[in-house]
Amino acid sequence: MEIYGYQRKPLHSDAVSTLPLYRSAPLLEVRLEDFERFAIDRLRVLKGISDGLSRGKKPEEIENLAIDLWKANMRHPDASEVVNKDIIAHFVLRLVYCRTEDLRKWFLSMETALFRYRLRHESAEAQRALMAEFDLPYKAVSTSEFESMKDKLGQVARSIGQPLTPADTKFYTVPFEEVPELVAGRRVFLHKGHAYVAMNQVVSLVATQFRSHLSKALILTNRKWTSSIREQEKDRLTPIVEALCTSYLGPDYSEPREFAEISIRDIDQIAMSSFPLCMRHLFEKLREDHHLKHGGRMQLGLFLKGVGLKLDDALAFWKAEFSQKVGAERFDKEYAYSIRHNYGREGKRTDYTPFSCQKIISSAPGVGDHHGCPYRHFSEENLRAALGKMRVNSRAIEDVMDKVRNRHYQLACTLTFEAVHGTSCDAGINHPNQYFSESQKVVQLKVDPVVV
Amino acid sequence: MPIPYRNEVWLLVFLGQALGLGDGRGPPPRSTYRLAASRRVLSFDGRVFMNDEKKRPTPTFHDSACAISHTTNCPLKCRKFIMPHAVSPDSSPTVGEDVTMTDDSAVDTMMDTSQGDEPPSAQGDHQKNEDLEAMFDDEDDDEFTASSAPDSSVPAIIPPQSAKFSDPEVMRAFYQRLFPYKQLFHWLNHSAVPNHDFQHREFAFTLANDVYLRYQSFPSAELFRKQCVAQTPSRFEIGPVYSTNPRDRKTLRRAAAFKPLSKELVFDIDMTDYDEIRTCCSGGKICLRCWSFMKMAIKVLDVALREDFGFQHILWVYSGRRGVHAWVCDKSARQLDDNQRKSIATYLELLKGGDNSGKKVNARRPLHPHIERSLAILREHFQADILQEQDPWLEDEKAAHLLSLLPDETLIKSLQKKWGSSSHRSSKNKWADIDDLASSGGGSAKLDPRKLREAKQDIVLEYTYPRLDAAVSKHLNHLLKSPFCVHPGTGRVCVPIDPSTVDDFDPLDVPTVTELLGQVDQYFKDAGEEEAADAAARRAPDWEKTRLKPYVEYFRGFVNNLVKDEQNGKRKAEGGEAMEF
Repeated sequence: MEIYGYQRKPLHSDAVSTLPLYRSAPLLEVRLEDFERFAIDRLRVLKGISDGLSRGKKPEEIENLAIDLWKANMRHPDASEVVNKDIIAHFVLRLVYCRTEDLRKWFLSMETALFRYRLRHESAEAQRALMAEFDLPYKAVSTSEFESMKDKLGQVARSIGQPLTPADTKFYTVPFEEVPELVAGRRVFLHKGHAYVAMNQVVSLVATQFRSHLSKALILTNRKWTSSIREQEKDRLTPIVEALCTSYLGPDYSEPREFAEISIRDIDQIAMSSFPLCMRHLFEKLREDHHLKHGGRMQLGLFLKGVGLKLDDALAFWKAEFSQKVGAERFDKEYAYSIRHNYGREGKRTDYTPFSCQKIISSAPGVGDHHGCPYRHFSEENLRAALGKMRVNSRAIEDVMDKVRNRHYQLACTLTFEAVHGTSCDAGINHPNQYFSESQKVVQLKVDPVVV
Repeated sequence: MPIPYRNEVWLLVFLGQALGLGDGRGPPPRSTYRLAASRRVLSFDGRVFMNDEKKRPTPTFHDSACAISHTTNCPLKCRKFIMPHAVSPDSSPTVGEDVTMTDDSAVDTMMDTSQGDEPPSAQGDHQKNEDLEAMFDDEDDDEFTASSAPDSSVPAIIPPQSAKFSDPEVMRAFYQRLFPYKQLFHWLNHSAVPNHDFQHREFAFTLANDVYLRYQSFPSAELFRKQCVAQTPSRFEIGPVYSTNPRDRKTLRRAAAFKPLSKELVFDIDMTDYDEIRTCCSGGKICLRCWSFMKMAIKVLDVALREDFGFQHILWVYSGRRGVHAWVCDKSARQLDDNQRKSIATYLELLKGGDNSGKKVNARRPLHPHIERSLAILREHFQADILQEQDPWLEDEKAAHLLSLLPDETLIKSLQKKWGSSSHRSSKNKWADIDDLASSGGGSAKLDPRKLREAKQDIVLEYTYPRLDAAVSKHLNHLLKSPFCVHPGTGRVCVPIDPSTVDDFDPLDVPTVTELLGQVDQYFKDAGEEEAADAAARRAPDWEKTRLKPYVEYFRGFVNNLVKDEQNGKRKAEGGEAMEF
């Protein structure tokens, strides 16, 4: 069969690298079961990367993980078919993940991450070929310029733990706008708007290009999908495509589930019994300071929405606290809007979903902030004190700290859950609202034991 | 555009003043007469609107925020409505063309109502008429010529010195006489002829009753001035340039066609983020001691933006109370996307972690050239401005935080012992103790002098390095308060700060709005008869007669440089041939 909507020439073959750029879809015949199987294989890789990121693993660890996952999942008995499998799987997932903003965002970052890791494993020769392919605005730094900058360049290189070897004299200058990630990490020397990029860093350059190409392509694919493919393929591909993404995303807790509706009266007690540490901390700080900065308001506010706090109750709840600090009038003027906004009653009227662990772990709380993941963002002492307050016994605290040291923040949270509730939690914690509902299940069970 | 003044000729009249108009004592002033004869009148103070219902469609709310704040009687309170057909200013006739229209009935009705409300008082009438004339002349300023110079026949309507700066009449006078519209326009427009850079730019007004009006835009500086005078916003913010006129956004078929295109790269530094390390003031208060945090921030960021990123047009602005804003206006900066803005903000950010994370600076070694340069700048300030002036570790609790940032347990113990015996030892001495004890064997054998030096560097940075409100910088569509607004809490004008003389800038010396208005008043008093007749002096903008002058002139120079660069850039882009001639 032919995958619908794909045209133009076949890819690969004469390229130096085995890393395709997925510029255009291949004109290939694909069996229906391969269509789905290849996609699932690739999804396993992307999902693995996503989990690694949300556990806060180091870049090198994720890189190794990604390469291992790739080798394990994307094999093909016929060696000549490996590249085709890669390409087909990618384009199937494009269809799957082009359909909403959230899906696109996830796919984009995971595919870019994967591309980056694979690119780093390519030879310098292949990397250069890819740079040429993307027509990047790089300019080689002349020897004399390099000599005059050598000290600064060496300083940056050492500060990121990649000291220059005598052979490492190849640098490129690019406008700093082209390498935002290198700039953000202070991983390049900047002078008058130019970034001095080492050869081994061009990966970042190429990955940025890849990302922007893919981003545009996803929008186009989405248009094509909604305008024709979905309808034409409604008996064949559409069901597969639609099933593929839901099977992996898990619930997003945008709608309060089983324990819908909590009231303000119970909220303190519920917070004590069933909030994960990140939310407990915010909650306590709010009660203490009668104020939270924006990041904290978002994280706690959306969580409470997911927990089942109705808009009116939410307004009353926040007002009761904030008015003690800023006065009721200022609350109505400055803060009430954003709470209604969270509930989709203002602005573009999106009903925002509560933050997942991944999002919370990767947030970067600043001075005066209380949001974020305590396991990641607290110092060891503060975390110990906080766990002690939750009455986690000292043995369990050591286990938790051990996970924290290895950057398994979600596992640390899971252990805390188990210690607090005295039951095991096999699923692991990956969403504060999941923590809450699991906890409520346990609590309810204790209150009125199920009569079997 | 404040629609009330456009092709629908709406006017506002104060109730009491309307009385003066109708009671027949003496001839009405010239302008009032003309108005009564030619215009429908909308009574306004006391906030009553007269509306010719036959001709005029019902006002529609302009913004969802408005609908929520004033579900009832909104037009009475917030003067914020929009005529559906008045959206595109280019197509509508000018106000002047409408002047011939006559509709006396509205005037009559209005006078009827007002008569009942408040009987005329003889002695107040003369005064009222004068006020009225002044007011009409300003509202009637159809021929406004991009200069804020008032009509020469206008008597000053400057409120007495004692008036509060939040008083709407103070704000009205400020917007009429002092605000440098022309310079602001050039700054945002980048050339003399109005173009999309200005016309598609979002302004957001905060009105005196705290209604927040987003998506305002203006075809020209004159019309911008008019809305400011009419609505006397307590402040306004500047957002991005959009792909279409922000006022037209709801008429677009596809919502996605309305998107932000460009905006200055902005930074916001607020003293609240320093509260945990400043000891002299807290909350909204500042003094010269803690102002040095802002000086340090300006120095470090200014040099980084220029040297590292190559930006040239960086405008620093005092936020009116306790912070500073930076507007990077280079074309390349305006065109940055969110991701690039974020990368710059992250590059410049050093302090990590919330209040619970302990050590906030963990710089990699060797230091990145930017951090190294910053440290060199900040070190000078650390001795004087931090150790001496702030004395941050005087109290035991604060000293404990200092200890928690040091590496060696044994050293910490010896320091603890030493400080415990002499309470209230100054920060300067405590800082010196660290090295003294370390070199005299107070630390453990394995204490690495390099580690200690690095920890001390990190501490210097934690107490001096700029604390950015990075969220402001990361998004293209973030709004930031405009320069030259008046801070509603302090009355101080948000004046630019020249980074080359930042050490001399004193926030407590920044003029307040009431002070400036008093200076205009004083000028006319001092000038007396003969000079007042001098047309040139009258025509000069009023800010020249006040302490605002050096600030506006600095801003004008800044804008001139920016516009010059912009023109050069354009010429280059248009090709070399034009240059040959």
